[in-house]
Amino acid sequence: MDRTLADVADASDGRLLEIAGVTGTGADSRRLREIGFCAGAPVRFIRRAPLGDPAMYELRGALLSLRRSEAKRIRVHRAGA
Amino acid sequence: MTTLVRLRPTTPPRRPGRIAILGAPNSGKTTLFNALTGHRAKAGNYPGVTVDRREGDLQRRFGADDVRLVDLPGVYSLEPQSEDETVAVRVLEGGFGEAPPDGVVVVVDATTIERGLPLLAEAAGLGLPVCVALTMIDELKARHGQIDTEELQQELGVPVVGVVGNRGLGIDDLGALVSSPWDWTPGPGLLHGAEARTPEDRFGWARDVLGACRRQAPEPNRWTRRLDRFLLHPAIGSAVFLAFVAFFFQAIFTWATPAMDFLSGLMDGLADQILATLPDTAFTRLLADGVIRGVGAVIVFLPQIVLLFTVILFLEACGYMARAAFVVDRVMGWVGLEGRCFIALLSSYACAVPGIMATRTIPSPRDRLTTILVAPFATCSARLPVYILLIAAFIPADPVLGPFTWQGLTLTGLYFLGTGAALLSAAVFKRGLLRGATLPFYLELPPYRLPRPSDIALGVWDRAKLFLRRAGTIILAASVVLWFLLNLPRRPADPQLSVTENQRAVLEGSYAASAGRLLEPVFAPMDFDWRINVGLVASQAAREVMVATLAQIYAHEGEDGEGLGVLLAGSGEGGAPPLLSRASALALLVYFAFAMQCMSTLAVIRRETGGWRWPVFTFAYMNGLAWLSAWLTFVLASAAGA
Repeated sequence: MDRTLADVADASDGRLLEIAGVTGTGADSRRLREIGFCAGAPVRFIRRAPLGDPAMYELRGALLSLRRSEAKRIRVHRAGA
Repeated sequence: MTTLVRLRPTTPPRRPGRIAILGAPNSGKTTLFNALTGHRAKAGNYPGVTVDRREGDLQRRFGADDVRLVDLPGVYSLEPQSEDETVAVRVLEGGFGEAPPDGVVVVVDATTIERGLPLLAEAAGLGLPVCVALTMIDELKARHGQIDTEELQQELGVPVVGVVGNRGLGIDDLGALVSSPWDWTPGPGLLHGAEARTPEDRFGWARDVLGACRRQAPEPNRWTRRLDRFLLHPAIGSAVFLAFVAFFFQAIFTWATPAMDFLSGLMDGLADQILATLPDTAFTRLLADGVIRGVGAVIVFLPQIVLLFTVILFLEACGYMARAAFVVDRVMGWVGLEGRCFIALLSSYACAVPGIMATRTIPSPRDRLTTILVAPFATCSARLPVYILLIAAFIPADPVLGPFTWQGLTLTGLYFLGTGAALLSAAVFKRGLLRGATLPFYLELPPYRLPRPSDIALGVWDRAKLFLRRAGTIILAASVVLWFLLNLPRRPADPQLSVTENQRAVLEGSYAASAGRLLEPVFAPMDFDWRINVGLVASQAAREVMVATLAQIYAHEGEDGEGLGVLLAGSGEGGAPPLLSRASALALLVYFAFAMQCMSTLAVIRRETGGWRWPVFTFAYMNGLAWLSAWLTFVLASAAGA
């Protein structure tokens, strides 16, 4: 398996992932970084909402919900791979 | 006590000191604020913007005289996006014609400390004295995590106090600390963080700081994971939610009724006592019928209000509300709104006024306006008395399934009706008038926590006071005005007729009756008579006034001990015909579900949107929709033989 996943929206199991970066430069992507989705931070997919979107992620000890459109901006790869 | 590095000796400035409390949403900021001020917040607004201002004086017992605490809106960073975030930053920078605060307490959740420290770095970057309150240290320990506050303090150079806000642990230390902000001088560690320019740098710095302390990150909250697996399960979770909602509305009928009957008897007894003991003057009758019976008819719903808020506050405090937002976010996405709009809508179920004020957290102006326009559809607690009165009178209490009756199901249905109307209207607005891209939304899902009963009780008490105050002001005023309109012009009593018959004659010839008859063409399609029309006009002030109106109209009807509901349904001994057919009663319920009948809501919409345009629009479209839907309900129910 290739070590790069496209983005955190593709994650569907509880493996630990490492954030490679957030795409985009506007206020939106800045906000994602401010709440902790920064390069190097570990992130883990926990579950999807019953209707399929959004999804819950574990980041720096907290549970956060992101819609698919936001999760697609967060580039990740497998931690330690 | 560790030695603090004091870079510059400072002298205490002129008092009083002002200390701001800064922290992320859910960090436990407000609990700390309440503990430090002893629940004595002075509410108000910041000049020019509508964000609430919560200030309070530090309790004297902490040893300082004049320290004022300012509770800032919750923020993730000092790069503001929404109106309330902007306010937090402006206060820190010395906006609103005030000096910057003398110090800032940065509240950091100890279980997610890594996420909280970057805000501390940003605050220190403003050059203000800062200190750290580490909240939830009890939870950190319970999850086998650990942080040495002394070491953290050493590393940062500013005071760090561990607290458990809702149990008062560490509050004394924090209270003593905030009296002397001029001693908070950042050490090299914090100064380094204050220089960070990007989020990456600040998080990197936070990592380094924590790396230098003996710190054990908490284990995942096992209970939360387990409960989520169950409560967020597609099938089980939805079933649990629906069963809970239905059970709750059933409880409003089955559990709260005895308490309500008791209050109702009390009010009736009081009114009868006044009529029997005081001389029979117009004033006595105003007191007994207009004030006691009119306002009393609303006050008897106190048990239901208490039950409603107990449940709402419990769900909020235990962490389930955030899950509800998580579950329905997909629906909100379809509507075109983000999750923060859902949270504002949720608070509108208590009352649209705080709900509309909660829209200040929504960064997109269009999303915010859309939410304001549809929030009054949420079934607020003012609708509850009207619903309960009409349902108890006109819907049979026959069991449907298990503990559920038609009455409970009707009430549940009305709540879903309001929700549906809010979401559909929002979808229409977002696709037409207020089209715009959806901004990113992230929602923090706090761990499940068992709320302390005293916290819930305090919140419920606040809401109950608000309800009683409303009854004592706006509803009292409307009820007194109505009494005059229902009893004037005066006419001599006909000795041939009984007291009740004379009273009926006065009512039939009253100014209110003429006004109600004037409106008959409007409401005739639903078969509402003048009495309902008077109630509908009067309830424009506040929805509960409908109940007060009917109570006054029926003050002298029926036998002793017959409730208002019995009289309305015409099922009592007195022989008065029913006020409404069942089809008309259903139409009236639907009318109340959709109509915009609340002065306070219109006033808050005007304030939040800065003009009369949107309140007028809301009034027109909601009442138009209410009329159409009521008429449709009447036609369908009549056809179905109701």
